[in-house]
Amino acid sequence: MTMRTPFDKRDPLARRKHRHVPPGARSSALHAMSARAATGRFVLQSCTDCGAATYPPRDACPRCWGSLVWKDQTRGAALLSETVIRTTTDLYFRNHLPWRMGKLALDAGPVAVAHLHADLLIGDRAEMHLVIDKGGNAALFALPAGRNADMQDRQWREFVVPVKDRTVLVSDARSAIGRAIVGALHAAGARLVVAGMAPPARAADLADELLAQDGVQAVPLDLTDPVSIAEGLSKVGGPLDIVINSARFVRSGGVSHGGNLTDQRRAFELSAMGLSRLAQACAPILAARASGAFVDILSANALAPDADFAAYSAVEAARHSLVQSFRHEMRNAGVRVLSILTGPTEDEDHQSIPPPKVTPTRIAKCVLAALEGGLEQSCVGDVATDALTRWMADPALYTREKNL
Amino acid sequence: MTATDNPLAGLIAGLASSRIRAIDLTNTLSTDFPVIVLPSEFGQCEPFRMETVSRYDGNGPAWYWNNISMNEHTGTHFDAPAHWITGRDIPNGTVDMVAPADFIHPAVVIDISREADDDADFILTRAFLEDWEQQNGPIPPRHWVLLRTDWSKRVGTLSYLNLKDDGAHSPGPDADAMRFLVHDRDCVGLGVETVGTDAGQASNFDEPLPAHSILHGNGRFGLQCLTNIDQLPVTGAVIVAMPLKIKGGSGSPLRVMALVTG
Repeated sequence: MTMRTPFDKRDPLARRKHRHVPPGARSSALHAMSARAATGRFVLQSCTDCGAATYPPRDACPRCWGSLVWKDQTRGAALLSETVIRTTTDLYFRNHLPWRMGKLALDAGPVAVAHLHADLLIGDRAEMHLVIDKGGNAALFALPAGRNADMQDRQWREFVVPVKDRTVLVSDARSAIGRAIVGALHAAGARLVVAGMAPPARAADLADELLAQDGVQAVPLDLTDPVSIAEGLSKVGGPLDIVINSARFVRSGGVSHGGNLTDQRRAFELSAMGLSRLAQACAPILAARASGAFVDILSANALAPDADFAAYSAVEAARHSLVQSFRHEMRNAGVRVLSILTGPTEDEDHQSIPPPKVTPTRIAKCVLAALEGGLEQSCVGDVATDALTRWMADPALYTREKNL
Repeated sequence: MTATDNPLAGLIAGLASSRIRAIDLTNTLSTDFPVIVLPSEFGQCEPFRMETVSRYDGNGPAWYWNNISMNEHTGTHFDAPAHWITGRDIPNGTVDMVAPADFIHPAVVIDISREADDDADFILTRAFLEDWEQQNGPIPPRHWVLLRTDWSKRVGTLSYLNLKDDGAHSPGPDADAMRFLVHDRDCVGLGVETVGTDAGQASNFDEPLPAHSILHGNGRFGLQCLTNIDQLPVTGAVIVAMPLKIKGGSGSPLRVMALVTG
């Protein structure tokens, strides 16, 4: 028997901590900023008349009353001044005092108040990030520029999902994607990676070196079966911080022909219903954690269908919808729900599709980047990035062009 | 009424006095009970699934019930002749048409547990059966032939399906053994503890999947995923097996019971 490192040291009789989230009410303009920040962009509004960038978000240019559009901006800035907040009536920040903030002169133009990394001093150059707070809203964060900042920074960690020393469940560790994620999480210092193994079990599972490592625990897990999910979660010793849903069922086929109804049902049961079953089972567990997160890996076919993979596209669209509802539900609990959109992957699911395809290793890297950057929606690979861009520009045109 | 004018009275009296015992040959139908795994070119068997509709809660304050789903061949189950292409033209070959007289038949138990333990791919041959008859007497007609492999003791372990890199490994009969049982011994059907009446590697036989092919082509039945066969005598047990009356169904999960004396 080997002992795992204790998940955290605390008074065994301490009462469960009530988790709060930062205030949620914001203007429509700020929600527009949050929607862009969710994908990791650094945007500010720019005036279409005078060209000046402005912050905080507004409905019209404060200089000339011109109309504003969102534009990606340069991230550079200099720290002008700082202050430390030592008292507040806000329940979330009360639990995180003292809290340091500062004023920065953004290279893009405006002067902005932002959350500060501990190493950043007055006069220093900073790199600006638009991060999403636990309440789901965009916030400006200034990291030290030009050097590797300490990502264990106390304030920064409030806006991201730390992986080191955390317990993470991967829902399908049998697939190539799941295996890559298990390996990447283990390498990133997760305390325990729980690897969900869909039945039937095979004799070879026992000899699997990936699963035999210290800090990796294989459990039988089938998202089509609520009993299996309950039993799988019951085998996780200690709290669970992060759930990564890599399970999916991919088969080609159309709607009126070439589609297999048994496969279609299976895809819905595993990918869409399976997501709901997993979310229901793990939501209360994640809500109890300081940095709980749920990551779902989705196909870019969720945005617009690929007629040759009709059922798969439909299921991924249903899943995309469920994940967004789940994200909304978990906001009050401070649990982040992240989606990773991918194009065809270099695995047995997409044998019939020519390159470019995304490797499982790359998806695993993207999952870690999404967690470490707190990104609600990420695209991995050119196909998914292109799909999202074209879908945002003109969904009807994109759907037609995709199926020419 | 006495036993002379009502033969059932003897059965009732036997059950009441425990001179006749009922033995459950059924595995529990649970979500984690393994189902047969076919090569990925083919459609797959859905396992048993259960979702609660209500359990004395807001969805039903006073009652508890579940929605369940499964394949016809999930858990302890019955194979009707129509399950196989060879049995497609057998009259009344679907489960709903099984004659009530076929619900109850005597059984003969052939123990190959030692051979199966030595070799997971043990093949039951006609020669083995003839040798068995030398020691146990002829297999009587119109009996279920139950193969005791003790495979049911592996349920809950990897070695039940016994999936290796080259497929499943479990014991079963070859074609000559099946022809002997069906044509020369007129069996009602074959009952096994494994997930299929055929051996795990039976798709590689020169006559592939002989148990299914020969049983069902001749209007005989199959019983799979049985347990407690080790509690049955070689002869003398009576099997009660009533599949669900699924319209046009190819098989059905069911409760299988054996009645034994003593």
